Amino acid sequence: MSTQPEPDPGAHPALDRQDIAHLARLARLAVTDEELDRFAGQLGAVLDAVARVQRADAGDVVPTTHAVPLTNVLRPDVVTPCLPRDVVLAGAPAAEDGRFRVPRILGEEE
Amino acid sequence: MSDLTALPVTALQAALASGETSAVEVTRAHLDRIAAEDGDLGAYLHVDADAALQRAGEIDASGTAGTGLAGIPVALKDVFVTEGVPTTSGSRILEGWRPPYSATVASRLHDAGTVLLGKTNMDEFAMGSSTENSAYKVTRNPWDRDRIPGGSSGGSSAAVAGRLAPFALGTDTGGSIRQPAAVTGLVGHKPTYGSVSRYGLIAFSSSLDQAGPMARTVMDAALLHEAIGGHDPRDSTSIDAPVPTVVEAARRGAGGDLSGLRVGVVRELGGEGARDGYDPGVLERFTEAVALLEAAGAEVREVSCPAFDLALPAYYLIAPSEASSNLARFEGMRFGIRVGDDGSRDIDEVMALTREQGFGPEVKRRIILGTYALSAGYYDAYYGQAQKVRTLINRDFLAAFDDVDVLVSPTSPTVAWPIGARVDDPLAMYAADLCTLPASLAGVPAISVPCGLSEGLPVGLQVMAPALSDDRCYRVAAAVEAAQGAPLADRLAERAA
Repeated sequence: MSTQPEPDPGAHPALDRQDIAHLARLARLAVTDEELDRFAGQLGAVLDAVARVQRADAGDVVPTTHAVPLTNVLRPDVVTPCLPRDVVLAGAPAAEDGRFRVPRILGEEE
Repeated sequence: MSDLTALPVTALQAALASGETSAVEVTRAHLDRIAAEDGDLGAYLHVDADAALQRAGEIDASGTAGTGLAGIPVALKDVFVTEGVPTTSGSRILEGWRPPYSATVASRLHDAGTVLLGKTNMDEFAMGSSTENSAYKVTRNPWDRDRIPGGSSGGSSAAVAGRLAPFALGTDTGGSIRQPAAVTGLVGHKPTYGSVSRYGLIAFSSSLDQAGPMARTVMDAALLHEAIGGHDPRDSTSIDAPVPTVVEAARRGAGGDLSGLRVGVVRELGGEGARDGYDPGVLERFTEAVALLEAAGAEVREVSCPAFDLALPAYYLIAPSEASSNLARFEGMRFGIRVGDDGSRDIDEVMALTREQGFGPEVKRRIILGTYALSAGYYDAYYGQAQKVRTLINRDFLAAFDDVDVLVSPTSPTVAWPIGARVDDPLAMYAADLCTLPASLAGVPAISVPCGLSEGLPVGLQVMAPALSDDRCYRVAAAVEAAQGAPLADRLAERAA
């Protein structure tokens, strides 16, 4: 799918297991074989249904990103206290020396 | 004193103010009912009886009970973060998490003196229309315990309809307050987008999410609405405008006079030629409700909003797209569970395993769909086009509101369906949102008010109004409620008695 830059309007490529696996990887989501099979069928049906938006005659229409047109919402530049560090870290799965402890972020070869 | 769980909030206020009862007694009555019924109903994910009674005791000692909402118990959907109180958003990925702060709406209710009974069940991350996507438990509809209570705010609807809370907060992204209210015989209102703070509301689709009240009467919903509404500097999408005077509107509407009000019946939502998927009984109750409006003096006409036909596909592109981005924060590093961190795996593998085990199937489907709709080469055809459709829907609303003051439709095309009937068919589940999605996409306020029973199950009338005219929704809803004599929710109590 990633080799097709512009999908044909009104049509769409079906999502196969490989596509689902690729999208899941992009979304940092491990998926089981059984899920790949199930999601490929279900998401294909959903995609068929939502592809109807392409029928709308909306060529020059300005997209709406938000229901309320607010721009440049700023707050006063005043320092206010943030949450205490120990309170925040109390909810973390792992903490050490006053910081979040995380798994290795670089591979062996890096 | 009669059964305190059967009284509307307005009656509880009076009984507290006169000293006829106390906040402790009111709270205990609801806790007793939770203890007796919730094992079967499954409305709550978390109840802390001792904390609730202690809080009620403090309100009694302060002498404020009965002033405003002081001393009135309330339930919160588990999507609102509450300091020190477990908050899961219906997901395993947040199991055991106790937030370090509270949502603005939770703080406002606390400051008003309400007593938190507990956190209610919901579809995981508010994705669903039946509450069956909760990672924790099934919630049953108090009208028929083999049926769903609606969703995603189904724990709140079951709690209030079952009298396990006087009223509750829900959230509505595509109908998640209105549809559960409709199928459990409650009043549920989705306020104008931006008029109630989203700070501390665990985000699903940020451009659509909105908190609102669920109650057994229109006035009770209005009281809760005014307590939570208004500008919040901590939410950058919050509108800096006064809260619409919905309590006054509910009072006025209860007088039953709608003379001069122009009501538009939306052809595309259950009108001629658009009735596929609607229960005949729902359409009959809807027609009768429209006749009630006419009898109350309203001028009724049919209105066409052709772009509403594309609300469902537009919504199911926009909401999953925003969700795929919002849910990236759940990676097992800063809060919630972490899976597979045994020293052998790197951070990407641990994140992927945590999300695999922490998220349920519907959340995964929507993350994958959203990731697809936002990916290079597909963005314009899907997400971009959906946003253009959103503009067309806005235009239809604006044109309609040139001619009429409010728009009406059924809230849900069907009554509550049997538990399990739609779990393996995402499209059938999505169809439940058909009537509620246009108001969500346009950000306009919409209320669901009970308008009778079909096959013994509640049916809701939806009333939509222009942005920041929430008062019109309450006025019309109160007139419909008054025309029926007594709130529909009372009939459930009578049936049980």
